[in-house]
Amino acid sequence: MELKQINQQGIVFGIFFLLFVAFAALLPGFATTQNMLTLLQNVSVLGILGLAMAIVVIGRGVDLSLIATLAVPPGLVLQMVQDGHSLPGAITTALMLALVFGAINGWLIAYAEVPSLFTTLASGLFLAGLGQAVLFNLDVVQWSPGMQGFERLGQGIVFGIPVSVIVFIIACLVVAFLLRITRIGAYIYAIGDNPYGAKVTGIPSRPIIVLQYVLAALIGCFAGLVLAASVNSMPTRIFNSTMIYDVILVVVLGGIGLSGGRGGVLNVVIGTLLIGTMLNGMTIMDIPYSGQNLIKGVVLLIAVIADSFLNPRNEETAQQGDI
Amino acid sequence: MVFGLTRQLKPLIGGAAIAALATFPALAQQGLDEPFQGAFKQALAGKTVAYVPVAMNFDLTEGWFAGLKKELEPYGMKVIVRDPNWSTSAGAQAVTTLLSEKPAVMVIHNPDVQTYAKLLQRAEKEGIAVIQINMGSVYRSSAFVGANWIEIGERNAEAVVKACEGKSNKIAVVQGALSAATSAYTLKGVENVLAKHPEIKVVSSQAADWDAAKAKAITQTVLKQHPDLCGIVGFWDGMDIGTAAAVKEAGLTGKVFLATSGGGERKGACELVKSGAFDLNLSYDVPTQAADMAAMIKWLLSSGVKPGTVKGSIYTTLIPITKENASSETACWNLSDLKK
Repeated sequence: MELKQINQQGIVFGIFFLLFVAFAALLPGFATTQNMLTLLQNVSVLGILGLAMAIVVIGRGVDLSLIATLAVPPGLVLQMVQDGHSLPGAITTALMLALVFGAINGWLIAYAEVPSLFTTLASGLFLAGLGQAVLFNLDVVQWSPGMQGFERLGQGIVFGIPVSVIVFIIACLVVAFLLRITRIGAYIYAIGDNPYGAKVTGIPSRPIIVLQYVLAALIGCFAGLVLAASVNSMPTRIFNSTMIYDVILVVVLGGIGLSGGRGGVLNVVIGTLLIGTMLNGMTIMDIPYSGQNLIKGVVLLIAVIADSFLNPRNEETAQQGDI
Repeated sequence: MVFGLTRQLKPLIGGAAIAALATFPALAQQGLDEPFQGAFKQALAGKTVAYVPVAMNFDLTEGWFAGLKKELEPYGMKVIVRDPNWSTSAGAQAVTTLLSEKPAVMVIHNPDVQTYAKLLQRAEKEGIAVIQINMGSVYRSSAFVGANWIEIGERNAEAVVKACEGKSNKIAVVQGALSAATSAYTLKGVENVLAKHPEIKVVSSQAADWDAAKAKAITQTVLKQHPDLCGIVGFWDGMDIGTAAAVKEAGLTGKVFLATSGGGERKGACELVKSGAFDLNLSYDVPTQAADMAAMIKWLLSSGVKPGTVKGSIYTTLIPITKENASSETACWNLSDLKK
């Protein structure tokens, strides 16, 4: 009985803890402050995206267009500045683009009632295509002199802590506040837990769903700006990479069920820390790329298998909408 | 009578002589017909060249395309592009479709050594000449135009080893994608040099998958472990923007020697060398490669040689871009100029 109380969050935290202790004991140079900060810095963009995904998943949806909002509006900022527009003007335009995109996503899902999986799959392709065909000259949008100073968002250090880590922490606090303290947060949980029940009790479900996707798009755009500032360019074909799986992984691994209504910021942080620790440790050990994928897969499978053993699903525990 | 006649004829003959003399310069201005150009023009006119890069929208592939069009379209040739947008299966599908469309020449940029190999062999059997660019496959076709990756690996490794003299002798290698032959060949070149320098220690050799963000993450971790690193061999400037960002962030620009390679476009190569991000960028000069390809196509079509019966290579002469020549007008090229 007691074993059943260990949930996935606990299991993942346990694995993270064991890995961390093992690396700290065995790998010279792992358990240093500097390396810890690098570890966090390397996963901060992934973590911020995880927060965006968490908001949507808690509301029983999924946003596959997140990487498109990470790539296209920030890419537009770099392109516009390259073409001679001012930085504030470019950022405003990009945020507007993200906002409109999120609103269209939300409208299609909430009002036209198209399943989120298909809506965001298609809309992400559309946005990425729009960027490639109309907005950018080249796949990799280069940094230009007009962006001077903006790179601090991804590369700066304040009080010895990289700015991108600080940004991730602030994003965590803001999202935690939204989900736990505000009424909107409570509504998102209610809609995720039981959409029909939420509707019956008078929660404005549809506007809240639109809001979820707008928030996700804006956070995605923000993560993109951090990424661009960090690598001094925007490699927009990141849309074609497997990054969206990493984001879903961080969320699901951390213990936010895809069936909605459960989990929070802490889950994202734990999922992000596990991925970050694995990547960092394997880089220090100089494990080749294919080996890294193998190990990553094994650890993830262990987490998922352990969860299904400890929390077996049956007709009572399964929810409608489970994937 | 005779005299009278002569007297009458005299002006006639004189006139004829003058007329004949007058036509002489006209005859001299009538040139000779060069016997070969007509056939050359005929061999090219109306023919189609199909171009399948791994993806459009980046300096290399856009440059090759613009260069091919510039060289071939004036001869009435059509240059068409099928953009697989980084999807290997979409690329294989594009090549398969082209087999039935029967262009005269296919210009192929392989994502790996295997996927298109069989298809390219079939294309040449069906009479389509195949030119492979920069990334070759296991099938050797009419022509390969591209960089010698082993040489790139060797020259970059040599530069890094030299920069490490009297320092820690610790270096890192940031590879591309493991499935790409270019990455494996470059690594072989690096190994060739390292075999001669046992004092050099490779503290990290990992694949960043042509991805700048991944390259940055790896380099950051490596630099934290080994702040006394003296050099990095990078495999592509598009990816090594990330490597350079990590070096800059660690405050080690100028201390860690970063060697990389690329197509030599001004923004991606010269500007970054000037800013100190890269210490050496070996350029394979895309416009020259495009001209080499076009020359090969002109020769293949005008010679009437049966596809698959001749096989040759044109390895690009590399241009090392360093602080010394990065500001010059000729070391790099502008994509916008090439498209004009």
